[in-house]
Amino acid sequence: MTARDRTREPETPVAASGQDPASETPVAASGQGRTPEGRSGTPMLDVRDLRVTYRNGERAVPAVRGVSFTLDRGQTLGVAGESGSGKSTMALGLLRLLAPSAQVSGEVLFEGEDLLTTRWARLRAVRWSAASVVFQGAMSALNPVRTIGEQICEPILLHEKVGQRAARRRAAELLDSVGVPSRRSGSYPHEFSGGQRQRIMIAMSLACRPDLIIADEPTTALDVMVQAQVLELLGELVRESGIGVIMISHDLSVLSHMCERLAVMYAGRIAEIGPSRQLIAEPRHPYTRALGRAFPTIGDPASRLAPAGLPGDPPTPPELARLSEGRGCAFEPRCSEAVAACRTETVELWPSGPRREAACLRVLEGSGT
Amino acid sequence: MKPVLEVRDLMVTYPPRRGAAPARAVDGVNLQVRRGEIVALVGESGCGKSTLARALVGLVKPTGGQVLGDGEPLGYSAAALKAYRRHTQLVLQDPGGALNPRQNVFDAVAEGPRLHGLTDRLGERVHAALARAGLRPPEEFAGRFPHEMSGGQQQRVVIAGALALDPSVIVADEPVASLDASVRGEILKLILELRDSLGLSALVVSHDLGLAWNIADRVAVMYLGRIVETGTVEEVLLRPKHPYTRALLSVLPDSGERPVLLTGEPPDPAAVPGGCRFHPRCPLRAAEQDTLCDSRDLPVLTGDPSRSSLAACHLVH
Ligand SMILES: Nc1ncnc2c1ncn2[C@@H]1O[C@H](COP(=O)(O)OP(=O)(O)OP(=O)(O)O)[C@@H](O)[C@H]1O
Ligand SMILES: Nc1ncnc2c1ncn2[C@@H]1O[C@H](COP(=O)(O)OP(=O)(O)OP(=O)(O)O)[C@@H](O)[C@H]1O
Ligand code: SF4
Ligand code: SF4
Ligand SMILES: [Mg+2]
Ligand SMILES: [Mg+2]
Repeated sequence: MTARDRTREPETPVAASGQDPASETPVAASGQGRTPEGRSGTPMLDVRDLRVTYRNGERAVPAVRGVSFTLDRGQTLGVAGESGSGKSTMALGLLRLLAPSAQVSGEVLFEGEDLLTTRWARLRAVRWSAASVVFQGAMSALNPVRTIGEQICEPILLHEKVGQRAARRRAAELLDSVGVPSRRSGSYPHEFSGGQRQRIMIAMSLACRPDLIIADEPTTALDVMVQAQVLELLGELVRESGIGVIMISHDLSVLSHMCERLAVMYAGRIAEIGPSRQLIAEPRHPYTRALGRAFPTIGDPASRLAPAGLPGDPPTPPELARLSEGRGCAFEPRCSEAVAACRTETVELWPSGPRREAACLRVLEGSGT
Repeated sequence: MKPVLEVRDLMVTYPPRRGAAPARAVDGVNLQVRRGEIVALVGESGCGKSTLARALVGLVKPTGGQVLGDGEPLGYSAAALKAYRRHTQLVLQDPGGALNPRQNVFDAVAEGPRLHGLTDRLGERVHAALARAGLRPPEEFAGRFPHEMSGGQQQRVVIAGALALDPSVIVADEPVASLDASVRGEILKLILELRDSLGLSALVVSHDLGLAWNIADRVAVMYLGRIVETGTVEEVLLRPKHPYTRALLSVLPDSGERPVLLTGEPPDPAAVPGGCRFHPRCPLRAAEQDTLCDSRDLPVLTGDPSRSSLAACHLVH
């Protein structure tokens, strides 16, 4: 991280200070109500000014442009945002799971240890036993020539000191818990439907009882019924085992159900962050508002045969690079509430209510607060 | 007028493995898509939607029944399939599996047009398809490889690939599943526009009932290999009859109803229950204690598109 890269003043309340008063109700990410004495104990995960740029020859794609948040045990953070806004890049960047073309800066403190600088061997150990990832598009990530039972047993055998029988039993339990009959353990990935494969990947991510689960669109292929079962299972793990969850989803209702807090990303940054239900019910950032409006409600005559979207395109990589250097709001060209200052002022996350922040100039005017 | 796409008593059975019973993934389905019509196929994960979609474009050969395109039974020779797919395009579920990792975006989208000899002004065609699928500016994406794009961008490449041939029928398997609401809305608008301007017909597989509300004229609800309820979107989604459809709708966040979570064994096409196939999990049967449900098989729904609603259930009609 270079000082030039920082767009905020250090004293501005930011999304992740790592110094939330411990007395507050679970806050996944907030710098508000920061007290001079700080908090007792460090949060499980403390992400500070994470930036990722993909470089291929001449071309640079600044995919994540300064993201900060914290997450504690037993907490759940949802991440929503436009396709291409950097959600997966951010999530995979946390565990250095990105392609070599990705340049990463910032700090990712996991139990106080910076994962961006730690040794690879150490990182590998963390990936298996402490933090696990359900990749987006995981459906096609299963090994086609091995049965799913074998594939779930493998990490258990490798990382927990148990025998074949116990591993098989645990694999069977995991499969049943996600609604895939365990008697099909001997089947190969291509013999399952898309949603079944997605659930097998979720079962696999739980195999080694991680403390943190990063799930990237884990329920895209699941119908509401099965989705409710899977979310219930994850919710139980959060409540009973105190695991932390970062869940990326395009489905706001899934996130408001599952996650206490929600971060909405736009063009590589957090546009708005705060308690999920509040963010969805009373969005402060125009992009969050547009996202909510585009969500269809069955029975609403206004959306019948009239899907709502958001016209226009997100900034191109060169535009993003310019935005990172200078001033102006990345959402301005598509924003229905833009004013002249939106093109010239520096926009950063500002408090927009109790425990919430929004990166919009209008928040400063007090509109809607 | 003949439906552009039709299946009659379609069966697709996957061969058994090691002593198990064969999996009856599609177990007797009648369905029609008429010209300019958009039909949504919804249902639980694993109920047979993708299998049905693949059968519709000839990727899976039915073990029983028939697929008809414009009233003609589908031929399975390479030449017959090629001619058929010139106009009927499949958008596969799971872009990760659908895209070749070593092929850049341009070549992926150009594959269909090249196969069908549409190489005149190919660049224009490909760029137009990319732009329509929301990958703008197209030059930004044309040279990229799948791993250099986000999940939703990959999904849009697959959609662009289908659009590049200006098909008259699209069979789309979860086409917008990994897209956020704002991009999803733009893609759905595009499908509606193509229907209005070019008479595009579509069967859209989705687990998302909101999608049906947004773009479909009719909806078919599938459960364990069969269609259990079908009719106009208004009829099925606002006045659902079948207990399964009712349960599905009750779980939606703003249904205003108490969610009915189905319990019991997940359905398995290798062990289809006798009587009504939904009976082990049916809340209505549990309440009514009806014995017909367990013992008497239900007839396969005709799929007659002129009926505003049809449900396969002993207790509701
Ligand atoms: N090659 C195969 N061999 C055996 N069973 C199979 C095979 N392919 C699919 N199945 C089974 O057939 C059923 C239907 O699968 P299909 O992929 O059609 O479901 P789907 O409705 O598309 O589900 P999803 O919404 O999860 O994608 C599933 O139970 C699946 O496990
Ligand atoms: N290896 C890469 N090289 C170049 N650009 C990349 C690479 N991987 C991703 N990108 C670009 O970075 C941006 C962010 O991608 P990312 O996958 O993080 O998006 P996302 O928010 O997860 O989107 P989606 O909801 O579609 O999955 C996108 O514009 C994408 O095209
Ligand atoms: S800062 Fe201006 S352009 Fe940006 S979101 Fe707010 S109102 Fe819109
Ligand atoms: S026939 Fe019986 S078991 Fe089947 S859906 Fe109707 S009430 Fe339920
Ligand atoms: Mg992604
Ligand atoms: Mg499927």
